[in-house]
Amino acid sequence: MSLVNLHQVHKYYGDHHVLKGIDLVIKAGEVVSIIGKSGSGKSTLLRCINGLEQYQEGGITVDGKEVTTEDIQVRRLALSVGMIFQNFNLFPHMTVGENVMLAPTIVLKKSKAEAEATARAMLEKVGLAEKFDSYPEKLSGGQQQRVAIARALAMSPKVLLCDEITSALDPELVGEVLKVLEQLAKEGITLVLVTHEMNFARDVGSRVVFMHQGKVWEQGDPKTVLSNPQTDELKQFMGAVL
Amino acid sequence: MIEFSNYDILRNLLFATQWTILLSLAAFIGGTTVALTLTAMRLTRNPAMQRIVKIYVELFQGTPLLMQMFLCFFGLSMLGYEISAWGAAILSLTFFTSAFLVEIWRGCIDTLPKGQWEASRCLGLSFLQTLRFIILPQAIRVATAPTVGFSVQVIKGTALASVIGFVELTKVGTMLNNATFEPFKIFTLVALIYFMLCYPLSLYSKHLEKKFNVSR
Repeated sequence: MSLVNLHQVHKYYGDHHVLKGIDLVIKAGEVVSIIGKSGSGKSTLLRCINGLEQYQEGGITVDGKEVTTEDIQVRRLALSVGMIFQNFNLFPHMTVGENVMLAPTIVLKKSKAEAEATARAMLEKVGLAEKFDSYPEKLSGGQQQRVAIARALAMSPKVLLCDEITSALDPELVGEVLKVLEQLAKEGITLVLVTHEMNFARDVGSRVVFMHQGKVWEQGDPKTVLSNPQTDELKQFMGAVL
Repeated sequence: MIEFSNYDILRNLLFATQWTILLSLAAFIGGTTVALTLTAMRLTRNPAMQRIVKIYVELFQGTPLLMQMFLCFFGLSMLGYEISAWGAAILSLTFFTSAFLVEIWRGCIDTLPKGQWEASRCLGLSFLQTLRFIILPQAIRVATAPTVGFSVQVIKGTALASVIGFVELTKVGTMLNNATFEPFKIFTLVALIYFMLCYPLSLYSKHLEKKFNVSR
């Protein structure tokens, strides 16, 4: 069953044509890695899926509901789509626990006890149970990013969007974040990642989507696509990243 | 002619200081209330609202406070609204204070990363919830020091109310000078009193700024 459905999506920033007719269907449980050069429209695509960016033509549906940038729509969408950012975007004035509990309490109207139980469980899952009362600034980048994952998971999203979530991390911290993602993938959560981690895309991903100049240039099973690129552009890109 | 002893002079000045403090407080409270409303209007993505705030700020920042006071006092009377010097002073100082605070606060809110808004949005928080739980708590921390610092401008601004006949520190100073012809003594005292009101606030503002910078 398709969870995310993009049909002929076009997006312009003024005169700049960023997305040129994207067709993409993502099924529940898939782990889709979107790769490509910077400026190819990967992040924009992700941001269109959860309504952070407006698209001008075509249609996007998540779980059967149409995506728009209307506030109400985005909020309804937030219940099924979680997002993790390159810069974590934790709330610095709240403890780790409060960060994770906030949305479940005020958006889902859960009781404090219930939200706290969820928060503790999610932090446990990302291996940070003992950091419940710490402030984000006391944590390493990798830990902050794992808190951000826990915060998104606490809303029990159907799909998790990851926008270059290891790009701002020191190399030695990348592994701990990817390990959490891998665990999530095993549990069957749908993941859509914009990433430069080719090994992760190959070993954990169920599909790779290569974007070039605002189009889906090539896609398919990661092992096949990455080891046997069909187009010159992907060959060139692979040459550049490896 | 009545003789004024130093004690009389000081007593009268200190009595008038109460009115300066009261006027400053009223202007500051009025100013923050209006500025809060304007800040909320500016943050909505409604272009008409934002435009109103922009015009308001430019109008009141771009004209002298004294002219605003004249217009409030004489202008409103000419239009048929009787307004006391006290009322006109509060009204114009409220305009003045809010026009500056709204800009100061805008700067503070703009220093927060855009990601804070986006993360809130992605978690399903509404605009007002984002303001209340995410933006304001952080912005207030940043804004406290400059806001306290600006309150010094408000206190000094109240001196202009003497021109429309409101009896506060400066006005009493002028009156005492007219009676005693000792301008140096009188106005030194007046200046000292203003300084004693303002200096602790400046110090406090600096302290807050330091405190904020350390905790970052």
